[in-house]
Amino acid sequence: PTKMALRFARGINRVSSSVRCFSEGGISFQLTDEQRAFQLAARQFAKDFIIPAAAEHDLSMKFPHDIFNKAWEQGLVNAHIPEEYGGLGLHSIEGCVISEELAYGCSGMGTAVEANTLAQMPLILAANDSIKKKYLGRMTEAPLKCAYCVSEPGAGSDVAAINTRAVKKGNDYVINGSKLWITNGGVARDDGDREGGGGWYFVLAVTDPDAKVGQKMTGFVVDANAPGISVGDKLINMGQRCSDTRPIFFDNVVVPEENIIGSVGAGFKIAMGAFDNTRPPVAAGAVGVSRRAMDEAMKYSRERETMGTPIFNHQVIAFMLADMATGIEAARLLTLKSAYEVDQGRSNTMFASMAKVFAAEHCSKVVNDAVQIFGGAGFNTEYPVEKLMRDAKIYQLYEGTSQIQKLIISRNMAARDNLDP
Amino acid sequence: QKMKVIVGVKRVIDYAAKVRVATNKSGVELNNVKMSLNPFCEIAVEEAIRMKEKKSASEVVVVSVGPKGATEQIRQALAMGADRGIHIQTDMRLDQELQPLAVAKLLKSVVDTEAPNVVVLGKQSIDGDCAQTGPMLASMLKWPQATFACKVDVSEDKSKFTVERETDSGTEVIEVNAPAIITADLRLNEPRYATLPNIMKAKKKKVETIDAASLGIDLAPRITVVEVNEPPARKGGIMVEDVDTLVDKLKNTAAVI
Repeated sequence: PTKMALRFARGINRVSSSVRCFSEGGISFQLTDEQRAFQLAARQFAKDFIIPAAAEHDLSMKFPHDIFNKAWEQGLVNAHIPEEYGGLGLHSIEGCVISEELAYGCSGMGTAVEANTLAQMPLILAANDSIKKKYLGRMTEAPLKCAYCVSEPGAGSDVAAINTRAVKKGNDYVINGSKLWITNGGVARDDGDREGGGGWYFVLAVTDPDAKVGQKMTGFVVDANAPGISVGDKLINMGQRCSDTRPIFFDNVVVPEENIIGSVGAGFKIAMGAFDNTRPPVAAGAVGVSRRAMDEAMKYSRERETMGTPIFNHQVIAFMLADMATGIEAARLLTLKSAYEVDQGRSNTMFASMAKVFAAEHCSKVVNDAVQIFGGAGFNTEYPVEKLMRDAKIYQLYEGTSQIQKLIISRNMAARDNLDP
Repeated sequence: QKMKVIVGVKRVIDYAAKVRVATNKSGVELNNVKMSLNPFCEIAVEEAIRMKEKKSASEVVVVSVGPKGATEQIRQALAMGADRGIHIQTDMRLDQELQPLAVAKLLKSVVDTEAPNVVVLGKQSIDGDCAQTGPMLASMLKWPQATFACKVDVSEDKSKFTVERETDSGTEVIEVNAPAIITADLRLNEPRYATLPNIMKAKKKKVETIDAASLGIDLAPRITVVEVNEPPARKGGIMVEDVDTLVDKLKNTAAVI
């Protein structure tokens, strides 16, 4: 049968061999017209609004309210909310395409625009219709912010070790505990007195401390201004400095049981399941930062001269740039593949981890080499690359450290006979 | 009373792209160069949409002559708010082979079919810089033309356009009867950004494709491009000792006074 199949395939090719015709393929590396339009719109937005304001916001560390609001008006925020709740219902591929362009401009602002999506994803995937209406619906009515609250001082990679407790009291749950490194933690509390509700948190808390990991935790949606919630000072980080990262404290915060996402005990699975959808765009963000670093280094290498010639003509420099470009292309394709898999309804966990770790690690190499190409100037704040190097590091840490990604990948490998495509 | 607006859009090399001459000097290099909507055409689209928002116009139809890629520019105009598109497909080079006379003839054929009240075009394209298509089209149709428009007002009854237009010595205000040709200058408006929801809506809008060759119109170029060269490299300036020498050089060497 194999011989027959090969002969059949060759026969088809022979019929068309007289005319140079292109194979119909089976894979397309082409964006749809609409995806391309999104890409160009995001790119223009980054060029016109993000890039001119990036350095200033990196220095002041002020949340880019102006730009967030403009992005919201353009439809760049909350793009994944399903159409029936007022969103665009965009999928992971569109998210990746947009994310790369915004991060190219400034990954701090890109994160400010995209952090909503991480918090919304558990609701999009698992909440009931009335919660979706109440908490997703409002996001497209006003430029509100929401935050994904899982990490704690004692639990980052080890989500199973979280301590925040939710205890049932009548028809409510009472939440006590503290969260750390929460992106949008402070700004989610803006607009607290808005009619129709303000920002909110997706909170993962332990509901059954004696149960196994898969039944121990529950996800809640909590109004960010609920009594008992307080927020610490903005955390001063190495990079993405305009992004609002905070500790959040829950002191007897009462949450109605209607606000449970999915069902009691399903929290861990839902919180982790969100990552299958959000890791690809985060990887795309790393690709965006890499591409920006490469473009800046490329431009500099054409202008700067040493030994009587532009430094691009020295192969050491040219080869660094070639490595940058090669890895960026590979990272982008792997990222889009991981997005494609989840958009097609298949489990993409392993690919999402591959994309994230590959893109993040390559990004750290690209930004390092970009600074190197700039020489001493690369170390200086008047030139754009030192910021990129500071911004890049977080990609190896958030949304799952590179080490956790490798754990996920190797466990997926162990669960299969092989990785034959 | 319904007023239909036709807007012409051209696919050109992006204004910010680095333009290089092809090695055989036949033209500029188009491979892998970013292409965009001609900035003055974008301003024309914006003006047409504002006419619709002010209820002066009832329908905005966007037309582009060009290769398959020109649909990108049509989609952008649809995402800005135009209602439908017409793509006249041709593989002739838009910056050389396909010249204003041919484009004006093609636009005339669209006008004959669509019967609009006004055609809004960019004043010129940033590749050819001819600024001829609008006036040629007006002449073919025997319609009045208001070129280099920096402000356009439509009368209540939609029978007249009051247009302020740029001239070398300032602006002048003229009134033209509909149907008319208006060409857009830089200060006419600031084009809007296409929001993502509008980009999605644009997908459902109709774009009709017509093969340029099938229209039986003579599109052959009347001007042949012999050679394209880079401008000469800028030479450094020279220092002069005094004002008299400066005046002498400006008069006799540079011949600018």
